[in-house]
Amino acid sequence: MPTITELRVNGNKVPLNTDAERSLLEVLREDLDLTGTKYGCGAGDCSACTVLVDGTPTRSCITSVGSVASKEITTIEALAKNGTLHPVQEAFLKENAFQCGYCIPGMIMGLVGLLDKKPVPTDAEILSRMDRHLCRCCGYPSIVKAIRRAAAQARS
Amino acid sequence: METNPINCPAEILEDEQIIEPVAFEFGLNRRVFVQMIGAGVLITASAKPALAQRSGRGSGGARPRNVSARIHIGKDGIVKVMTGKVEVGQGSRAELTQGAAEELRVLPSQIQLVMSDTGLVPDDGNTAGSRSTPATLPAIRQAAAAARSLLVAFAAQQWGVEQDTVQVRDGRVTHAATQRTLAYADLAQSDELAKLFNQPAPAEAPITPLQDWKVLGTSVPRPNGRDLVTGTHRFSSDIKRPDLLRGKILRAPSFGAKLVSIDLAPARAMKEVVVVQDGQFVGVAAPSTARAEEALDAIAKTAKWESAPHPSSQEVFAYLRDGVQGGLPKNPFADELSSANKVLRQTYHAAYVQHAPMETRSAVAEWRDGHLTVWTGTQNPFGYLGELTRTFRLPPERVRVIVPDTGGGFGGKHTGEAAVEAARLAQAANRPVSLKWTREEEFTWACFRPAALIEAEAALDVKGAIASWHFVNVNSGQSAINTPYRAGKARSESASPRAPLRHGSYRALASTANNFARECFMDELAAAAGADPLEFRLAHLENGRLRDVLEAAAKRFNWRERIKQKRPDMGVGLACGTEKGSYVAACAEIAFDRTQNKINVRHVCEVFECGAIINPDNLRAQVEGCIIMGLGPALREVSRFEGGKILNASFRGYQVPRFSDLPELDIHLLNRPDLPSVGGGETPIIAIAPAIGNAFFAATGIRLRSLPMVPPAAKA
Repeated sequence: MPTITELRVNGNKVPLNTDAERSLLEVLREDLDLTGTKYGCGAGDCSACTVLVDGTPTRSCITSVGSVASKEITTIEALAKNGTLHPVQEAFLKENAFQCGYCIPGMIMGLVGLLDKKPVPTDAEILSRMDRHLCRCCGYPSIVKAIRRAAAQARS
Repeated sequence: METNPINCPAEILEDEQIIEPVAFEFGLNRRVFVQMIGAGVLITASAKPALAQRSGRGSGGARPRNVSARIHIGKDGIVKVMTGKVEVGQGSRAELTQGAAEELRVLPSQIQLVMSDTGLVPDDGNTAGSRSTPATLPAIRQAAAAARSLLVAFAAQQWGVEQDTVQVRDGRVTHAATQRTLAYADLAQSDELAKLFNQPAPAEAPITPLQDWKVLGTSVPRPNGRDLVTGTHRFSSDIKRPDLLRGKILRAPSFGAKLVSIDLAPARAMKEVVVVQDGQFVGVAAPSTARAEEALDAIAKTAKWESAPHPSSQEVFAYLRDGVQGGLPKNPFADELSSANKVLRQTYHAAYVQHAPMETRSAVAEWRDGHLTVWTGTQNPFGYLGELTRTFRLPPERVRVIVPDTGGGFGGKHTGEAAVEAARLAQAANRPVSLKWTREEEFTWACFRPAALIEAEAALDVKGAIASWHFVNVNSGQSAINTPYRAGKARSESASPRAPLRHGSYRALASTANNFARECFMDELAAAAGADPLEFRLAHLENGRLRDVLEAAAKRFNWRERIKQKRPDMGVGLACGTEKGSYVAACAEIAFDRTQNKINVRHVCEVFECGAIINPDNLRAQVEGCIIMGLGPALREVSRFEGGKILNASFRGYQVPRFSDLPELDIHLLNRPDLPSVGGGETPIIAIAPAIGNAFFAATGIRLRSLPMVPPAAKA
């Protein structure tokens, strides 16, 4: 079985020794204790497990850890810098855009990935990105407000 | 009622919550039991008094009498408030914090709300039935008010002044005349005060009247919101313990299947894998989930099963109808129907649906020195405690259930199977075990909102008034079963046949089905009477609060104008209802897309009233969430099954609402400061489905009487 010996996570080189077929989600959560990234479905249907891989929002539950061995992985834990929230986190907090909050790290990572590439996204681009993310509390209206706030801030 | 063939009979509590735990029969139980009988001590007898004190059913034990059971003021001035309620997204962490802050005259940020750790908090009952607002919030306010009065009395005594000359503000007790002041932190240094807190609370400490509210009634944000946006909040499956193993449970290939034989050797041969078989229970634990899956796969291949017959979702309504002993109740007013002006009889259906919270069932279990600690996501911490004590035959003081703020419940997390499974694995492994159900397990083995078959029959007199009303719910229960509308004669009843799937409560329970059927039937009666749906309802409504929300929604929506506008494949509909002491009305506009055979909900106006509003922003979020969540079972959600298997156990096969389903929302919260506050996380869901159904009729002339409502062309 192929193994993987190192991952680049949140700016650090992390030594590992594990099966390269395991999901990135499982390795982040179980081996590295980066539990901000959530399991929602294990099949790429809900995007709760979204992280950035070389800046691109990626569903870590259907990504093998071996396939991202040489790439830069960013998780929700790395967004706030020295206690200062990332503007997207700030927007979610300001709008109270969470109910149970389980889907929120994935939502935030998806939006960060979009705004990094497209600071002025169209409504269609926002919907196409965010429609992959499920919130079962159906707190979508507040999340939409947070998205608008974050997008407005990214523009300015 | 016949016993459900695959599970224990459901326990239906007074408020209609359905709690149907899985019956675990561990050999361990029988062994321990026999040992204890042999020794002359019957463990069940000795455990009973303790269980009676801490009911272990989550029904809410005796209210704590000492202030210290609820309130602890630290020497650092931080006030800890204890509650057995759980935060599952409904916002009770903010609301209960507000209640304590208001009565203690401190900022919400000075309160640390300790929730749902059975080792620390009083049993406030199951977090269900919208009871946190009407029951727990007053209990917390009362305790906080009692704590305040103790602080005042204590300070007054120290200063030798009258209590009514002492003011409390911002966490300080002040005597203005002598310019003396003490912070709570100062007072908390005294052992005397600690003693006072440990005595029964002074009765009738006055709680703050509404006109003096400073914190209640305002939109206090979630106290731990920052932890949610940074991902630092640890849900139960995020809990890390030393030497933690990951568990996996062998699931039957179909409902009711019995394990005949299995060869555990392939997994036992694997390094660092623990394998457990205990009766029908088979599970493994390993250092990683991948390893545990591998081990489970290796033995699952060898398992032989005996399957049991099981109806399919296609035939479920006939199955339920046939399952009613003695047949469906007959209309007691049947004799009078022949003399009625018009008689209408219709059948409505609601499918089995899943709650599908984002966080699947999970638990971390750890045994230490004969004590069991479980971290798990549940609405029912003391109920779980009871399940664990019964299953493992432990006295309650040896079990501790800790519920971190949980990733959604919606009425579906009242039972503790994941905790029991993790505990059994941890017991065998002698190491802590984390167990997280997969989405497929959640869609299959979690409890379902019961399907409903509803028959309604009514007669209209010559004036178009309802002369008689008969309403029968088969299988889903009695919530909101009684009609709020005036009828010459009315009877509503329910029947509980044997059920093919495991039942659980749902957001607003059976009222989702009962209100759907009634509000659609009212529309049909209005049409039969030649009346406008709004006017027909108002003509039969005496309840002022329900009339108020209905009239307010109609006005905001401009109903009287919009119902007259005829546009192809577009229509408006309305519905209202009451449940758990709150009132809701919704108007909806839909457009029927014939090319895709899809109902697009374009605009929803909903008015909701639940007494005095505690936290406007949070209440609005709950109403929004209810409406959008309600779109799912209204239009798409159905658990399909055949041969004992769920056919769509994934978010791909079971389509819940997404961003793209969002209609334009106009929500109005009708504040009634003159009325007691009741919960608002459930009832706002009950009006949306019938409003859509009625709007579809207005658009097409076709009645859709089955949830989810699929237009006829797509049914093939």
